[in-house]
Amino acid sequence: MAAHEQFAEDLALYALDALDGSQKAAVEEHVETCASCRSELESLRGDMALMALSASGPHPPQRSRDRLMSAIAADRPVIAPERETVSSGGWFGRLGWMAAALALLAGALLMNNAKEKNAALQREIAGLQTKTAAQDAELERVRREFAPFFAPGIQPVTIEVPNGHPQPQGKAIYVQSSGKLLFLASNLPALPEDKAYELWVLPITGNPLPAGVFRPDNKGGGIVVNPPLSAGVAAKGFAITVEPKEGSAAPTTKPMMVGLVS
Amino acid sequence: MARPYFLQEELRGVAGALPQDARSEVGEASDLSLVSRVRARDESAIGALYDRYSSLVYAVALRVLGDTGAAEDVLQEIFLQLWRKPAAFDSARGSMGAWLSVIARNRAIDALRKRKPETDIEDVVLSVETNFADNADRGRALVKIREVMSTMAGPQRSVLEMAFFEGLTHSEIAEKTGEPLGTIKTRIRAGLLSLRAAVAG
Repeated sequence: MAAHEQFAEDLALYALDALDGSQKAAVEEHVETCASCRSELESLRGDMALMALSASGPHPPQRSRDRLMSAIAADRPVIAPERETVSSGGWFGRLGWMAAALALLAGALLMNNAKEKNAALQREIAGLQTKTAAQDAELERVRREFAPFFAPGIQPVTIEVPNGHPQPQGKAIYVQSSGKLLFLASNLPALPEDKAYELWVLPITGNPLPAGVFRPDNKGGGIVVNPPLSAGVAAKGFAITVEPKEGSAAPTTKPMMVGLVS
Repeated sequence: MARPYFLQEELRGVAGALPQDARSEVGEASDLSLVSRVRARDESAIGALYDRYSSLVYAVALRVLGDTGAAEDVLQEIFLQLWRKPAAFDSARGSMGAWLSVIARNRAIDALRKRKPETDIEDVVLSVETNFADNADRGRALVKIREVMSTMAGPQRSVLEMAFFEGLTHSEIAEKTGEPLGTIKTRIRAGLLSLRAAVAG
């Protein structure tokens, strides 16, 4: 009973998270099994709400509301009208985009690993710890870069031309809240030396935003990872145009591929 | 010279009717009905809850963090969480405003101490008599709270504020004030209880 009294005394501190590690754990354990302490804890949190009420101040700016509403709009699953026809792509099957992204990730890691190993040989005497730390940091960086694309609700948008064989196809995976964009394309036609493809984000309002210039590889594949985009732009779709190889600030040709967020 | 070709024109035909930012009138809908609409992914309902409680959440976060940008981040994070997990709100206990204000305080302290959010919003369960949804009720409570705070002895008030708004642990407060741990503990508890008593009485 004395123990119970002791915990009851500590509840206010526990509610405020003002206890240190071991004491906190002890109260936590006690509260699990003690209904009267649990109910007092809930009342103490109610008292905290009263305390919070005393902190009146200015209203948040309107931009906070806008930011929230566009983040919420972005929280909706983004799926372009999925066309059944494109199976020729192979690595772009229904789940192929994820496989492709993972392959990309694995490739990046392998390459990085090799580089790191090479460097490690040269500085073997200096010790292996530096290498481990660098790899960990790089892994962390890659993990951080890619994590948003695998968050729940983030889905790729398919953009393609209506006909033709083999069909050019692209997948845009876009995280509005952070402005992260991963774009993977396949079967793109080869381009003259002085031309390149340019990816565009089509905002709900306003003109297309440039989202990266790339040239297709010899198999027609193309990748854009995290072009410089502002966070929070609500996109209604994505498009690809052919532009001079240094890119354009606004599209100068008719889009060859367009994908709309459904 | 190439003339800019605006995709907007091209898209007008393809896109058809894009969803408009429909903001329906919510009037005096109860918190509970707004939460159930949030569960049904009604964006205007989260907007209505935001309009009702964002000032409260923001004020708490700003008081703790003293930085408008950081307070806006906490505000954003809390309402996004509410959007994603509306079921975390236990309507059987206390009002949504009270619940949000406690979450705001906890999250702001986490941000202040630069640590990952420690408490899940689902773990914050509270009970309070004051109806935070009702402006008049809230106003009456605020008057009483201010009264209690202003009559509270200096050391007691500052200890309570250090724990609540600065997120200091009782041993940190003891170190700062040079008072024994037991005294700190008593003052914090008595301070919170006096708020409860003032609003109840």
